[in-house]
Amino acid sequence: MRQRLVVVGNGMAGARTVEEILRRGGAEQFETTVFGAEPYGNYNRILLSGVLAGAEDEAGIFLNGLPWYAENGVTLRAGIRVTSIDRAARQVRAADGSATGYDKLIIATGSRPFVPDIAGAREPRRGFHQGVFCFRTIDDTRRMVRYARDHEHVAVVGGGLLGLEAARGLQAHGLRVTVLHAAGHLMNQQLDAQAGGILRRSVEQLGIAVELNARTAAILGTDAVTGVRLTGGRDLPCDMVVIAAGVRPDVELAAASGLPVGCGVLVDDQLRAAADVYAVGECAEHRGRVYGVVAPLWEQARVLADHITGADPAAAYTGSRVATKLKVAGVDVSSMGVVAPAGDDEFVVYAEPGRGVYKSAVIRAGRLVGATLVGDVTRSAFLVQAFDRDVPLPADRIDLFFDRGDGGGAALDPAQLADDAQICNCNGVSKGTLAQAVGDGANTVTAVMERTRAGKGCGSCKSLVGEIVGWAAGGAATVDPSDSWYVPGIPLAKPELMAAIRERRLTSVSAVFAALAPDGAEDAKSKMGLASLLRMMWPNDYVDERDARFINDRVHANIQRDGTFSVVPQLKGGCTTPAELRRIADVAEKYQVPLVKLTGGQRIDLLGVRKEDLPGVWADLGLPSGHAYAKSFRTVKTCVGADFCRYGVGDSTALGIAIESRFQGLEGPAKMKLAVSGCPRNCAESYVKDVGVVAVDGGRWEIYVGGAAGAHVRQGDLLATVDSPDAVLTLTGRFLQFYRENANWLERTYAFVPRLGIERLRAVLVDDSDGMAARLDAAVAESVAAYRDPWLEGGRPATDGQFRPSLPLIDLPLVPAR
Amino acid sequence: MTAQPATRPEGRTGARPAGAHRLGPAAAIPPGEGRAYAVAGTQVAVFRLRDGRLHALGAVCPHAGGPLADGQIDGGVLVCPLHQHVFELATGCSRTGQPPVPVYPVTVDGTGELVVEMPA
Repeated sequence: MRQRLVVVGNGMAGARTVEEILRRGGAEQFETTVFGAEPYGNYNRILLSGVLAGAEDEAGIFLNGLPWYAENGVTLRAGIRVTSIDRAARQVRAADGSATGYDKLIIATGSRPFVPDIAGAREPRRGFHQGVFCFRTIDDTRRMVRYARDHEHVAVVGGGLLGLEAARGLQAHGLRVTVLHAAGHLMNQQLDAQAGGILRRSVEQLGIAVELNARTAAILGTDAVTGVRLTGGRDLPCDMVVIAAGVRPDVELAAASGLPVGCGVLVDDQLRAAADVYAVGECAEHRGRVYGVVAPLWEQARVLADHITGADPAAAYTGSRVATKLKVAGVDVSSMGVVAPAGDDEFVVYAEPGRGVYKSAVIRAGRLVGATLVGDVTRSAFLVQAFDRDVPLPADRIDLFFDRGDGGGAALDPAQLADDAQICNCNGVSKGTLAQAVGDGANTVTAVMERTRAGKGCGSCKSLVGEIVGWAAGGAATVDPSDSWYVPGIPLAKPELMAAIRERRLTSVSAVFAALAPDGAEDAKSKMGLASLLRMMWPNDYVDERDARFINDRVHANIQRDGTFSVVPQLKGGCTTPAELRRIADVAEKYQVPLVKLTGGQRIDLLGVRKEDLPGVWADLGLPSGHAYAKSFRTVKTCVGADFCRYGVGDSTALGIAIESRFQGLEGPAKMKLAVSGCPRNCAESYVKDVGVVAVDGGRWEIYVGGAAGAHVRQGDLLATVDSPDAVLTLTGRFLQFYRENANWLERTYAFVPRLGIERLRAVLVDDSDGMAARLDAAVAESVAAYRDPWLEGGRPATDGQFRPSLPLIDLPLVPAR
Repeated sequence: MTAQPATRPEGRTGARPAGAHRLGPAAAIPPGEGRAYAVAGTQVAVFRLRDGRLHALGAVCPHAGGPLADGQIDGGVLVCPLHQHVFELATGCSRTGQPPVPVYPVTVDGTGELVVEMPA
């Protein structure tokens, strides 16, 4: 027998709670009745300002139209206000005289417009004066649009978000608009005085007059509005008034039925107000807080649904960290946490009043507890993440406000983007496709990226993808727990994974899956990461299961679009000899190689080699592999240095060759590109390499780490200045080993270095603060000693058919011969 | 590298007689890997899972002609090496929005040799 569930309130919180309950099989458990005071389905109240401004049409803002209720077996009593709750008889009485019994009751009455006591605003007989409006419902909006047609000048009482939105919307109907704000600056709930001042300039530039410290005392005119009187006696002529002075939780019904009420209906962590009676949304007060933005409502709805359906009886709502990003009267505003500093909080501010830009951050004990952005919100995604995840902040506080190249700053606002705007340029994924994936139920960034393959190329669109997923999910995108796992198939972060591998002495990828994966199941996408990790941990004892290798690592060449391969022989430091060049040329002719190309890493690439020809090519080349295909040490670019160049102050060529000889083929979480320059003119581009060395006068060498010049451009941070090539070799090896042990899979040094911070790296690697330097040096030495040129497998294949063609009936190459 | 769909010939397609085709010893396929065979004018990729199970599918990725035999597999799916499109080994259906890959019954006979059943 199904229980009777009654929901009082058909707004965003009430309807969303019903949806979440239905999603958890609520239809079998409950016979649901929803009472809505308005005669409509549930619509998105936030979009009313768009409807007022004529930018949205009414039909588009409905979340649950009337048919939705019938299709889901929910009885909707639209336009019927609930008048009382009889908790003894467990019945709800409505204005139409009906009485409906309940086993579980949810109160979602939302909030009411707050109307300050203004003389003349209300008519005893007809409610509001005919020229005075509130701005809360669709009907309010319709009446305002109709009334605005034949009126000239509107006074908006209230300079908060709602008031400014109403002002901007009415302006679109050709009205002169004056905002009357009682406080000292606009949006004083979210902004401090300086930010409010900058917002005011922007609003005034839109042609909206703003009067501050203006308290409205009375409405003038009986039949038609002729003006408003401010306290202090001044009169402002106008012929229409909109009251948007904030909202208060609608608790009248709850209070009348004896439920505990403070500012809102008092609820516990299960959103319970009393036995079998719950409250959710703007009418609820949880741990002293009432939430007026959407994201917390979704969280409350999920927890309440989990609890009431028994899907997760222990589900608890512990409050929300509120971050809002919105457009106020055309001005971008993003605000989170506290507005102003208290006690000895650190307060960082950047302001450009001329451009209407203001940024402030409140930092307490090294953590971001509040931030405000006006005019330029490009950093809001970064700040919201820092605020939500409580992560350590960049040492240079300016990095809070400006992206100085350490992450693809998302300069675009998701809402503004066209549906067909291409977000991921590597795999051609549009905003519409991302939104569709969210609509189909993928509500974490990871799930959306998995399904659409956005962000799976160079990764520089990841933060924008994250913003769009957050926007598409109505601010309720959750963080996928697997984000912190080293590989998707094993639910462990890197430190725990490495500890488990050592503890149980797991030396093969299949052993790791069997021991640590859910039900011991293999996962194709985790094999490459595990193979690289195990080879680093067990240089000599690693059991090399070839299926764990990606094809490039199986055949030691880079697969091309037609299934042929590119072959890059090792030319240490970018140096070669006539004899080597002749052999390269002879091989290119003998095997009809379609393209011979110089690479970005100062080497020569033979493109379009058939898989079955690889062993012959390697043998005829007589050169070792250049490792241009693996997640490993790639190359050391050099300039000719002191031996040739008149400016050279160090023998960069010799040092580059020495570094490449020592660390050739060293595997890692991602590729490692190095360079050595013979002087600060930096012709080998050392400043933008994973490890970059620059000779400086006096026989010394600067070592930079975390640089990049590919999908992502970043100047490396100076790790140390040393006074001998040997010291460079030691510190380079130590850094590479530390990176191999601590970076996430596919995390390049340009993300790893700023994540840990250069101070931490200097302490560990240069000052040996953690006493691990010796171990790191020994570990990398062990890997160096275990190195073996993979191209030797040409003579003795590691598996049957290692070089057997995979498209036997196609005459390769298909790539063009240039 | 943007992936334009390659107008890829299926390969030298001769007659397609139906029925069983013998492809040589199953042991020739290393555990967890795949190898490609030309079977009466059709390219077939045969995968031998680490638990010994066998799957035979079309050898050309419908997305951009990638060599599926070079892909990595686990107990359930195959990942194309070119653009990481995912196909279910048992059904050939794609999990990343691509057209499905044909699937062919494959067994090992008494002598340990692979036998693939080609459709009419």
